[in-house]
Parts: sequence; C-alpha cells; structure tokens
Amino acid sequence: MNAMNGSLAPPTITELPPTTRISLRTADPAAVASALGIKLPVKVGVRAAAGVRTALCLGPDEWLLEVPEAESAMLAAALADLAGRMPLSAVEISDREVTLALAGRAVLDLLATGCPRDLARMPVGSGARTLFDTAQVVLTREGEDRFHLTVRRSYAPHVRALLHIAVRELEIGL
Amino acid sequence: MLLIRCPYCEQDLPELEFAYAGEAHIARPQDPSKLTDEEWRDYLFIRSNPRGHHFERWRHINGCARFFNAVRETVSDRFLLTYRAGEPRPDISGLTGGSE
Ligand SMILES: [Zn+2]
Repeated sequence: MNAMNGSLAPPTITELPPTTRISLRTADPAAVASALGIKLPVKVGVRAAAGVRTALCLGPDEWLLEVPEAESAMLAAALADLAGRMPLSAVEISDREVTLALAGRAVLDLLATGCPRDLARMPVGSGARTLFDTAQVVLTREGEDRFHLTVRRSYAPHVRALLHIAVRELEIGL
Repeated sequence: MLLIRCPYCEQDLPELEFAYAGEAHIARPQDPSKLTDEEWRDYLFIRSNPRGHHFERWRHINGCARFFNAVRETVSDRFLLTYRAGEPRPDISGLTGGSE
C-alpha cells in the first residue's frame, strides 16, 4: 500500500462565525440594488461585493445577501422601507444555515466526494446552490483552493461527518 | 452522469440537481366546470407517452429552483434541447438526436 505517497496536506474544515443572511426575491433588482448600495448580478452564479457585503444570484429572481451582523438592523430597515414602495420578499435566514470553510490543495477532491458538479470549472468569486450528498447546499468559491459550504443547520452534522470521513481518506491516500 | 442544460443557469449541470415534472404544454382549462367528465379526465390523466421525442417539464430544484421545458428522446434518454417556461413549443424538425 503506497498511502502517504507524496501526500498533500489534507483539507481543513472550519465552521465560520455567524453572519446576517437574507433571502431576497424581487422582479426589479436594479431598484433594490440602488437602494441598498450593492449590485444585484442578474446572471445565476455571479456574486457582487461591496466592501464586506455580498449578493449572490441564486436564481433568476433570487439573491442571497450576506452582511456582518453589525449591519443587520440597518439592512432590515432599508428593506422594510423598500417593501413599502415595491413588491419584494426579504426573509432573514441567518440562523437557518451554518457555513463551513473548506481549504487546502485537495479541496476539489474533498468536494467531489459529495457534490455532482464540476467544481474545477467554477470561477473564483462565484457561487451556486447545489447538492452535497443528499443535502442542498450553497457553495461559493473563495479562492483557487478555498470554498465556503453553507448548509441547513439540521443537515450540518450529516455533511460534516461525511466531510471528515473524506478528509481522513485523503489523508491516508485512498 | 447525465448532464442537463438549465436555460436559466445557462450551464450543463448534473441530473441529480433536477427533478422531472411531467409532460409539458398541458394548459389548464379556462373553465373546468364546463368540461365533461371525459374531458376533465383527459386533462388530469391522459398523457401522450411517446416512444421518441417527448416535451416535458423539469425543475432545477437543487439549483436555481426554476421550472423549464425540455425535449427528450425517450429511447436514448438524450436531451435535444431545453427552453424557458412559458416559451411556445419549439419546432424540432431541424434537430437531430434520435436513438443513436
Ligand atoms: Zn438552473
């Protein structure tokens, strides 16, 4: 058995601290974007950033907004004001999911154990809703060998356990 | 793995992200109460079930979540094309992609 042969350092899995997440649905992204001061990309998978705020286009009329918790009240007020003037849906989902940061040179191999997408083709800075095993997740590519995996809290133990098994397998060269 | 092109994501993506949603282009009758029992039965249950090109709905449920339509060759399982919901039934006579 030639385990450990030229072994790469296995990927690391780190749970990120809480952040404010909003699921935003609107038919008029331009109007919402100008009110919030952050671009809402109209191409699925594209993420815009304004400082520490990000907006990821998940579907033709759906965005995932992420801002630091300190800006949560400000964002809520801006959205409530907008909702009085135009139809939109903004639901806070901060506590619905947890985000795991996956990093390391073998991170694509790690994700390939559960995600059917060809993630090597995913550009840095983009993201998508997809699957890991049977759990729906949002993946964003933060760097060449760095991903964030956001998964519903109740599925997190399952996904985390699978990831740890895969890390162990990569570690011993399987 | 079978790849399906989502017309909203504009990418070829794995079948696991999608869900089948029955035959496409079946319009709900404007006034169901005017229908005979047989007509209502046909609307609810009777489908074309062809051997060959089938116009069908799919949903990119584990992705952008949108419904869209597809033309699939039911023998080879090959997708001829996909198009957005609400677009008219496309003319596929110029498309090849049979049972090879
Ligand atoms: Zn899609």
